[in-house]
Amino acid sequence: MNPRRILAYFPAFAKGYLRNPLGLFFSLIFPIILILIFGAVFSNTGSSAAPLAVQNLDHTTPASQAFLAALNRTGAVSMSFVPASAGNLSQYLAANSLSSGLVLPAGFSSDVANRTPVRLVVYTNPSSGAEAGLVQGAVQGAAAASNLALAHGTEVILPVGVNVGSSSFKYIDYLVPGLIGFSVLVSPMFSMVNISSTWKRDKLFRQLALTPLTRSEWLTATIIWYILLAFLSAVLLVGVGRGLFGAEVTITWLSLPFLLLAPVLFVALGLLAGSVSSTPESAGVIGNIITFPMMFLSGTFFPVSLFPAWLVPVARVLPLYYVISGLNAAMIFNDPATVYANALVVLLVAAVFALLATRVFRWRED
Amino acid sequence: MVDSVEVSGLVKSYGPLRAVDGIDFSVRPGEVFSFLGPNGAGKTTTVEILEGLRKRSGGDVRVLGLDPWHELDRLRTRIGVTPQDFHFFPKLTPREAIQLYARLFDVRPDVAELLAHVELADKADDHYDVLSGGQRQKLGVALALVNDPELCFLDEPTTGLDPRARRSIWEVIRRLRSEGRTVFLTTHYLDEAEQLADRISIINLGKIVATGRPDEIITRYGRHDRLRIVGDPGLAGHLGPLGFTVQEVPNGVEIELGSKAEALRALEAVSASGLRWDSFSTRRETLEDVFLRLVGRIDEGMLRIGGRENGGAP
Repeated sequence: MNPRRILAYFPAFAKGYLRNPLGLFFSLIFPIILILIFGAVFSNTGSSAAPLAVQNLDHTTPASQAFLAALNRTGAVSMSFVPASAGNLSQYLAANSLSSGLVLPAGFSSDVANRTPVRLVVYTNPSSGAEAGLVQGAVQGAAAASNLALAHGTEVILPVGVNVGSSSFKYIDYLVPGLIGFSVLVSPMFSMVNISSTWKRDKLFRQLALTPLTRSEWLTATIIWYILLAFLSAVLLVGVGRGLFGAEVTITWLSLPFLLLAPVLFVALGLLAGSVSSTPESAGVIGNIITFPMMFLSGTFFPVSLFPAWLVPVARVLPLYYVISGLNAAMIFNDPATVYANALVVLLVAAVFALLATRVFRWRED
Repeated sequence: MVDSVEVSGLVKSYGPLRAVDGIDFSVRPGEVFSFLGPNGAGKTTTVEILEGLRKRSGGDVRVLGLDPWHELDRLRTRIGVTPQDFHFFPKLTPREAIQLYARLFDVRPDVAELLAHVELADKADDHYDVLSGGQRQKLGVALALVNDPELCFLDEPTTGLDPRARRSIWEVIRRLRSEGRTVFLTTHYLDEAEQLADRISIINLGKIVATGRPDEIITRYGRHDRLRIVGDPGLAGHLGPLGFTVQEVPNGVEIELGSKAEALRALEAVSASGLRWDSFSTRRETLEDVFLRLVGRIDEGMLRIGGRENGGAP
């Protein structure tokens, strides 16, 4: 691989891209339009309700009922009740594919009445960063309200298991990473599906094959361009989100794996889709079949925690889900463990698609 | 001197179909060699094998002494290629395209001179997608010349162009030849091959059916020259007994000529016959006639406009 040739080709590709208004629109402008629309529509709706399985081992005592009423008033969670007979809540959650749960221990009311500290165990799934944040924020809020009402401000009710950096999340907080994910998906996917099919039809790859530029150099220059676009898009979206809608999100070094790996993943996937298609028209159809479900089912516009239970496993097979979950963990919750877990998934998927794409994508014909 | 291109027993198969069926030919340094054939004859498949873009199924190929499939890395700096139906990045200008190629090849051509060479100086800063078909093809030729190649492959460079644009490309090809470059010109235009090529190979159904200079091919595969006389159809009855091979045609007769002297004898015989005659013309078989005989068909677009006829009147 020759860096000189990569540097020689890169400006030509960038110019071609920047001079194409449609490509530029979908890469940078369209996500901004979406954040303006969704941000304006949902900016006052606060948090979205996350499903929460509640196991009340204190039965129906007034204090536990008052606490659950306070939790319900936060509007951040949608509670379902698990009977004590169900046993260990953690196992129940796993068995029922639920992400969040809360246990009110036996003796809750008497402990509160006696001002004896009582610990509430809050279960959240680290891979569901958005939902975990909502649940923990809501439980903390309800605990604070109950401490004030039931114990006159004494910190009696103590939620445990909270490991997030922010306790209050708004819709816009989730929308910004979601739209960054949208941008890193749409821009390389649509572009590469189009490039790999039309350039094949127009024999542009063969044209390049007659120059010293190699396939890997071409691919590297292309990926560098989409990484730059991903960073630019992230900066713009965070700027608009923070500036216009007060989003509490930041680009930290934890965001970098996704801004670097996601373009690789989707360039490879787009290249693969375009390369296996016989015509640009069929490539467009294949590209849409891949892109649109991913666009809407990966938590781009709404947290996956709000999806019906049957749809959640579908979301979890989509690569963009891990990009957005990772960006949520990086930009909202500052949760390195979740970032690493998601980054690893994105890395592995990117490696697989890159390998497949380089095997299918040919400049010359046997 | 070693031939620029040496092809021996070249075969390209797609399943049971033999697109190129054991062909042999060579291209000499400094000549314009034209590969002529109807659509689907195997021209582009052959030229793409020579360019290293397509793998051959059998036979041996050497381009500038190198195997184009296995040694393309060494070959690509010595050849220039304008592919059939040339396309380029829509939003780059000819100047930027040449600069890109120059950086990729790590050479420093005079961009302005190169643009002038292909008559694109006034379009240097227009985007490719607003160039006309002829201008695009000229850009293809310009890009093929960036690395100062010894051998240029031009695959149907004038297909679909208007006559003016075609002539303009022809001038570029003549200039390449005058610079001492070898040109491998694939075309399905008969007049193009006849006008430009030092030597021609005619390919049909994957096989080469004739190779040589255009006049050699016409001489070898064409019929005798013919003298056509517009006049009394009764001339046929008069000339036949005198030993001429004569045929009645609408408004006159046509006489097959074995030599120039025979033409003079025939005219004297016509004059002496006392029969009416209005005009005469000689007709030599063209590459088109020969091509039609060898290939059996002429595709739309291959026909030349106007023939080469010389004539007179009494």
